[in-house]
Amino acid sequence: MMLDAILDTVAGICLIAGALLCLAAGIALIRFPDVLSRMHAAAKPQVLGLLLVLLGCALRLRTGVDITTLVLVGLFQLATAPVAAHMVGRTAYPHDDIRRDLLITDELSDHIDRIRADRAGEPQETSPVHTS
Amino acid sequence: MTSQPKAPLTRRDRWRNRAIAVTGLVTVWVLLWGTFSWANVLSGLVVAAVLLVVFPLPPVTFAGRIRPVPLLRFVVRFLYDLVVASAQVAWLAVRSKHPQSAIIAVPLRVNTDLNLTLNAEALSLVPGSLILEADRSTGTLYVHVIGIRSLDEVERFRSGVLELEERIVAAVGSAEELSLVRRSVPTGPSGSVDLEGAPT
Repeated sequence: MMLDAILDTVAGICLIAGALLCLAAGIALIRFPDVLSRMHAAAKPQVLGLLLVLLGCALRLRTGVDITTLVLVGLFQLATAPVAAHMVGRTAYPHDDIRRDLLITDELSDHIDRIRADRAGEPQETSPVHTS
Repeated sequence: MTSQPKAPLTRRDRWRNRAIAVTGLVTVWVLLWGTFSWANVLSGLVVAAVLLVVFPLPPVTFAGRIRPVPLLRFVVRFLYDLVVASAQVAWLAVRSKHPQSAIIAVPLRVNTDLNLTLNAEALSLVPGSLILEADRSTGTLYVHVIGIRSLDEVERFRSGVLELEERIVAAVGSAEELSLVRRSVPTGPSGSVDLEGAPT
Protein backbone atom coordinates (compact mmCIF):
# COMPACT_ATOMS: atom_id res chain seq x y z
CA MET A 1 0.00 0.00 0.00
CA MET A 2 1.55 3.21 -1.24
CA LEU A 3 -0.61 5.58 0.81
CA ASP A 4 0.04 3.70 4.03
CA ALA A 5 3.77 3.94 3.50
CA ILE A 6 3.58 7.68 2.90
CA LEU A 7 1.41 8.27 5.97
CA ASP A 8 3.71 6.16 8.11
CA THR A 9 6.73 8.12 6.91
CA VAL A 10 5.08 11.47 7.64
CA ALA A 11 4.01 10.14 11.04
CA GLY A 12 7.58 9.10 11.76
CA ILE A 13 8.94 12.50 10.81
CA CYS A 14 6.37 14.23 13.04
CA LEU A 15 7.20 11.96 15.98
CA ILE A 16 10.95 12.50 15.65
CA ALA A 17 10.60 16.27 15.24
CA GLY A 18 8.35 16.42 18.28
CA ALA A 19 10.75 14.32 20.32
CA LEU A 20 13.67 16.55 19.30
CA LEU A 21 11.78 19.64 20.43
CA CYS A 22 11.13 17.99 23.79
CA LEU A 23 14.83 17.17 24.01
CA ALA A 24 15.64 20.83 23.35
CA ALA A 25 13.22 21.75 26.13
CA GLY A 26 15.01 19.39 28.49
CA ILE A 27 18.40 20.86 27.63
CA ALA A 28 17.06 24.38 28.05
CA LEU A 29 15.62 23.46 31.43
CA ILE A 30 19.08 22.55 32.65
CA ARG A 31 21.03 25.31 30.98
CA PHE A 32 18.91 28.44 31.33
CA PRO A 33 20.02 30.72 34.16
CA ASP A 34 16.88 31.63 36.12
CA VAL A 35 13.36 30.53 36.86
CA LEU A 36 11.67 32.73 34.28
CA SER A 37 13.79 31.66 31.36
CA ARG A 38 13.40 28.07 32.50
CA MET A 39 9.66 28.51 32.33
CA HIS A 40 10.05 29.28 28.65
CA ALA A 41 11.77 25.96 28.27
CA ALA A 42 9.40 24.01 30.49
CA ALA A 43 6.16 25.32 29.06
CA LYS A 44 6.82 26.11 25.45
CA PRO A 45 8.73 23.82 23.12
CA GLN A 46 6.34 21.12 24.24
CA VAL A 47 3.44 22.98 22.72
CA LEU A 48 4.74 22.39 19.23
CA GLY A 49 6.53 19.21 20.29
CA LEU A 50 3.38 17.69 21.73
CA LEU A 51 1.28 18.81 18.76
CA LEU A 52 3.74 17.11 16.42
CA VAL A 53 3.74 13.92 18.49
CA LEU A 54 -0.06 13.92 18.53
CA LEU A 55 -0.16 14.50 14.78
CA GLY A 56 2.26 11.65 14.30
CA CYS A 57 0.13 9.35 16.46
CA ALA A 58 -3.02 10.37 14.60
CA LEU A 59 -1.43 9.63 11.24
CA ARG A 60 -0.24 6.26 12.48
CA LEU A 61 -3.45 5.17 14.22
CA ARG A 62 -5.96 6.47 11.67
CA THR A 63 -9.09 5.54 13.60
CA GLY A 64 -11.84 7.99 14.44
CA VAL A 65 -12.09 7.23 18.14
CA ASP A 66 -8.36 7.69 18.75
CA ILE A 67 -8.13 10.85 16.70
CA THR A 68 -10.93 12.59 18.61
CA THR A 69 -9.13 11.81 21.86
CA LEU A 70 -5.86 13.15 20.46
CA VAL A 71 -7.64 16.34 19.33
CA LEU A 72 -8.92 16.81 22.87
CA VAL A 73 -5.45 16.25 24.34
CA GLY A 74 -4.12 18.94 22.03
CA LEU A 75 -6.92 21.38 22.76
CA PHE A 76 -6.62 21.04 26.52
CA GLN A 77 -2.86 21.36 26.34
CA LEU A 78 -3.25 24.59 24.38
CA ALA A 79 -5.82 25.88 26.83
CA THR A 80 -4.03 24.99 30.05
CA ALA A 81 -0.30 25.44 29.35
CA PRO A 82 -0.48 29.26 29.40
CA VAL A 83 -2.37 29.24 32.69
CA ALA A 84 0.23 27.06 34.37
CA ALA A 85 3.08 29.16 32.97
CA HIS A 86 1.38 32.36 34.09
CA MET A 87 0.84 31.09 37.63
CA VAL A 88 4.49 30.12 37.99
CA GLY A 89 5.64 33.39 36.45
CA ARG A 90 3.43 35.39 38.75
CA THR A 91 4.69 33.69 41.90
CA ALA A 92 8.29 33.88 40.74
CA TYR A 93 8.36 37.49 39.68
CA PRO A 94 9.39 39.74 42.55
CA HIS A 95 12.04 37.40 43.89
CA ASP A 96 15.79 37.31 44.02
CA ASP A 97 15.96 34.19 41.88
CA ILE A 98 15.60 36.36 38.81
CA ARG A 99 18.88 37.29 37.17
CA ARG A 100 18.46 41.06 36.93
CA ASP A 101 21.81 41.42 35.19
CA LEU A 102 20.38 39.55 32.21
CA LEU A 103 17.29 41.74 31.95
CA ILE A 104 17.42 44.42 29.26
CA THR A 105 14.49 46.28 30.77
CA ASP A 106 11.90 45.70 33.45
CA GLU A 107 8.71 47.62 32.85
CA LEU A 108 6.77 45.75 35.49
CA SER A 109 8.67 46.71 38.64
CA ASP A 110 7.05 50.17 38.86
CA HIS A 111 3.54 48.79 38.54
CA ILE A 112 3.63 45.54 40.43
CA ASP A 113 2.53 46.94 43.79
CA ARG A 114 -0.43 48.79 42.30
CA ILE A 115 -1.57 45.75 40.30
CA ARG A 116 -1.40 43.43 43.26
CA ALA A 117 -3.14 45.98 45.48
CA ASP A 118 -5.92 46.28 42.88
CA ARG A 119 -6.28 42.55 42.78
CA ALA A 120 -6.39 42.20 46.54
CA GLY A 121 -9.32 44.61 46.45
CA GLU A 122 -11.29 42.23 44.27
CA PRO A 123 -12.76 39.66 46.60
CA GLN A 124 -13.61 37.10 43.92
CA GLU A 125 -10.05 36.47 42.94
CA THR A 126 -7.47 34.69 44.98
CA SER A 127 -4.55 36.98 45.60
CA PRO A 128 -1.09 35.67 44.83
CA VAL A 129 1.19 34.59 47.59
CA HIS A 130 2.97 37.55 49.08
CA THR A 131 6.31 36.95 50.66
CA SER A 132 8.08 39.93 52.08
CA MET B 1 -15.45 41.65 38.34
CA THR B 2 -16.08 45.35 38.83
CA SER B 3 -13.09 46.86 37.11
CA GLN B 4 -14.92 47.61 33.91
CA PRO B 5 -17.54 50.32 33.75
CA LYS B 6 -19.87 48.44 31.49
CA ALA B 7 -23.56 47.98 31.18
CA PRO B 8 -24.74 44.66 32.63
CA LEU B 9 -25.42 41.93 30.14
CA THR B 10 -28.88 41.85 28.68
CA ARG B 11 -31.03 38.76 28.86
CA ARG B 12 -30.36 38.03 25.21
CA ASP B 13 -26.58 38.28 25.65
CA ARG B 14 -26.71 35.92 28.55
CA TRP B 15 -28.68 33.33 26.61
CA ARG B 16 -26.28 33.68 23.72
CA ASN B 17 -23.30 33.09 26.03
CA ARG B 18 -25.04 30.02 27.42
CA ALA B 19 -25.74 28.69 23.95
CA ILE B 20 -22.05 29.08 23.01
CA ALA B 21 -20.99 27.34 26.23
CA VAL B 22 -23.42 24.45 25.66
CA THR B 23 -22.19 23.99 22.10
CA GLY B 24 -18.59 23.85 23.29
CA LEU B 25 -19.34 21.42 26.10
CA VAL B 26 -21.36 19.11 23.87
CA THR B 27 -18.53 19.12 21.32
CA VAL B 28 -16.03 18.09 23.97
CA TRP B 29 -18.42 15.40 25.21
CA VAL B 30 -18.89 13.93 21.74
CA LEU B 31 -15.13 14.04 21.11
CA LEU B 32 -14.52 12.22 24.38
CA TRP B 33 -16.86 9.44 23.30
CA GLY B 34 -15.21 9.43 19.93
CA THR B 35 -18.29 8.63 17.88
CA PHE B 36 -21.12 10.86 16.77
CA SER B 37 -24.54 9.52 17.73
CA TRP B 38 -27.76 11.13 18.88
CA ALA B 39 -27.44 9.38 22.22
CA ASN B 40 -24.07 11.08 22.72
CA VAL B 41 -25.42 14.48 21.72
CA LEU B 42 -28.46 14.20 23.99
CA SER B 43 -26.50 12.98 27.01
CA GLY B 44 -24.00 15.76 26.28
CA LEU B 45 -26.80 18.32 26.36
CA VAL B 46 -27.93 17.03 29.74
CA VAL B 47 -24.39 17.13 31.17
CA ALA B 48 -23.83 20.63 29.76
CA ALA B 49 -27.10 21.90 31.24
CA VAL B 50 -26.25 20.47 34.67
CA LEU B 51 -22.73 21.94 34.51
CA LEU B 52 -23.99 25.40 33.63
CA VAL B 53 -26.55 25.32 36.45
CA VAL B 54 -24.05 24.11 39.05
CA PHE B 55 -21.04 26.16 37.85
CA PRO B 56 -22.39 29.34 36.23
CA LEU B 57 -19.91 31.03 33.92
CA PRO B 58 -18.50 34.46 34.75
CA PRO B 59 -20.09 37.17 32.59
CA VAL B 60 -17.65 37.38 29.71
CA THR B 61 -19.05 39.35 26.84
CA PHE B 62 -18.43 38.04 23.41
CA ALA B 63 -19.34 41.22 21.60
CA GLY B 64 -18.21 40.42 18.11
CA ARG B 65 -18.75 37.69 15.62
CA ILE B 66 -16.40 35.12 14.17
CA ARG B 67 -15.03 36.16 10.79
CA PRO B 68 -13.67 33.08 8.98
CA VAL B 69 -11.02 34.68 6.76
CA PRO B 70 -9.30 36.78 9.46
CA LEU B 71 -9.58 33.79 11.79
CA LEU B 72 -7.77 31.63 9.26
CA ARG B 73 -5.16 34.37 8.85
CA PHE B 74 -4.67 34.44 12.61
CA VAL B 75 -4.35 30.64 12.85
CA VAL B 76 -1.86 30.38 9.98
CA ARG B 77 0.27 33.22 11.35
CA PHE B 78 0.06 31.68 14.84
CA LEU B 79 1.32 28.31 13.59
CA TYR B 80 4.11 30.07 11.70
CA ASP B 81 5.12 32.00 14.83
CA LEU B 82 4.95 28.78 16.83
CA VAL B 83 7.38 26.97 14.52
CA VAL B 84 9.82 29.89 14.17
CA ALA B 85 9.84 30.67 17.88
CA SER B 86 10.20 27.00 18.87
CA ALA B 87 13.29 26.77 16.69
CA GLN B 88 14.68 30.00 18.16
CA VAL B 89 14.23 28.88 21.76
CA ALA B 90 15.69 25.46 20.95
CA TRP B 91 18.70 27.24 19.43
CA LEU B 92 19.04 29.46 22.50
CA ALA B 93 19.05 26.33 24.62
CA VAL B 94 22.01 24.70 22.89
CA ARG B 95 24.03 27.89 22.42
CA SER B 96 26.75 28.48 24.94
CA LYS B 97 25.91 31.93 26.31
CA HIS B 98 23.17 32.75 28.80
CA PRO B 99 20.30 34.37 26.93
CA GLN B 100 19.27 37.88 27.87
CA SER B 101 15.64 38.75 28.37
CA ALA B 102 13.33 41.65 29.07
CA ILE B 103 10.07 42.36 30.84
CA ILE B 104 7.93 44.41 28.51
CA ALA B 105 4.66 46.21 29.17
CA VAL B 106 2.20 46.10 26.30
CA PRO B 107 -0.91 48.24 26.71
CA LEU B 108 -3.61 46.67 24.57
CA ARG B 109 -6.09 48.94 22.83
CA VAL B 110 -9.20 46.88 23.43
CA ASN B 111 -9.57 46.48 27.16
CA THR B 112 -12.01 43.62 27.55
CA ASP B 113 -11.52 40.46 29.56
CA LEU B 114 -11.93 38.33 26.46
CA ASN B 115 -9.38 40.25 24.41
CA LEU B 116 -6.91 40.28 27.30
CA THR B 117 -7.31 36.52 27.75
CA LEU B 118 -7.01 35.63 24.07
CA ASN B 119 -3.90 37.77 23.65
CA ALA B 120 -2.32 36.34 26.78
CA GLU B 121 -3.06 32.79 25.63
CA ALA B 122 -1.69 33.33 22.15
CA LEU B 123 1.42 35.03 23.50
CA SER B 124 2.00 32.36 26.12
CA LEU B 125 1.71 29.52 23.62
CA VAL B 126 4.40 30.96 21.40
CA PRO B 127 7.80 30.10 22.84
CA GLY B 128 9.93 32.97 24.05
CA SER B 129 7.18 35.06 25.58
CA LEU B 130 5.62 34.46 28.99
CA ILE B 131 2.89 36.49 30.66
CA LEU B 132 3.96 37.64 34.12
CA GLU B 133 1.07 39.90 34.98
CA ALA B 134 -2.11 41.15 33.41
CA ASP B 135 -3.48 44.47 34.57
CA ARG B 136 -7.22 44.55 34.00
CA SER B 137 -7.70 48.20 34.98
CA THR B 138 -5.49 49.46 32.15
CA GLY B 139 -5.63 46.41 29.89
CA THR B 140 -1.87 45.96 30.01
CA LEU B 141 0.03 42.72 29.63
CA TYR B 142 3.47 42.38 31.18
CA VAL B 143 5.45 39.93 29.11
CA HIS B 144 8.77 38.27 29.88
CA VAL B 145 10.56 37.80 26.58
CA ILE B 146 13.67 35.69 26.17
CA GLY B 147 16.37 36.26 23.58
CA ILE B 148 16.00 40.07 23.56
CA ARG B 149 19.31 41.84 23.06
CA SER B 150 18.57 45.55 22.68
CA LEU B 151 15.96 48.22 23.34
CA ASP B 152 15.23 48.23 19.61
CA GLU B 153 14.06 44.66 19.86
CA VAL B 154 11.88 45.62 22.82
CA GLU B 155 10.00 48.10 20.64
CA ARG B 156 9.80 45.60 17.81
CA PHE B 157 8.29 43.04 20.15
CA ARG B 158 5.78 45.58 21.44
CA SER B 159 4.52 46.44 17.98
CA GLY B 160 4.48 42.73 17.18
CA VAL B 161 2.06 42.16 20.05
CA LEU B 162 -0.13 45.02 18.86
CA GLU B 163 -0.26 43.42 15.42
CA LEU B 164 -1.25 40.15 17.08
CA GLU B 165 -4.02 42.02 18.88
CA GLU B 166 -5.22 43.42 15.58
CA ARG B 167 -5.35 39.93 14.07
CA ILE B 168 -7.30 38.62 17.06
CA VAL B 169 -9.76 41.50 17.07
CA ALA B 170 -10.20 41.16 13.29
CA ALA B 171 -11.04 37.48 13.84
CA VAL B 172 -13.45 37.65 16.78
CA GLY B 173 -13.93 41.30 17.79
CA SER B 174 -16.93 43.56 17.31
CA ALA B 175 -17.04 46.31 14.69
CA GLU B 176 -16.30 49.09 17.21
CA GLU B 177 -13.32 47.21 18.61
CA LEU B 178 -11.99 46.67 15.13
CA SER B 179 -12.24 50.34 14.21
CA LEU B 180 -10.58 51.25 17.52
CA VAL B 181 -7.65 48.99 16.69
CA ARG B 182 -7.44 50.15 13.09
CA ARG B 183 -7.51 53.81 14.10
CA SER B 184 -4.43 53.55 16.28
CA VAL B 185 -2.14 51.65 13.95
CA PRO B 186 1.12 51.06 15.83
CA THR B 187 3.26 53.22 13.57
CA GLY B 188 3.56 56.27 15.80
CA PRO B 189 6.27 56.77 18.39
CA SER B 190 6.00 54.05 20.95
CA GLY B 191 6.65 56.55 23.73
CA SER B 192 3.06 57.76 23.51
CA VAL B 193 1.82 54.19 23.75
CA ASP B 194 3.87 53.83 26.88
CA LEU B 195 2.29 56.83 28.55
CA GLU B 196 -1.21 55.50 27.96
CA GLY B 197 -0.44 52.42 29.98
CA ALA B 198 1.29 54.27 32.77
CA PRO B 199 -0.68 54.99 35.93
CA THR B 200 -1.41 58.68 36.52
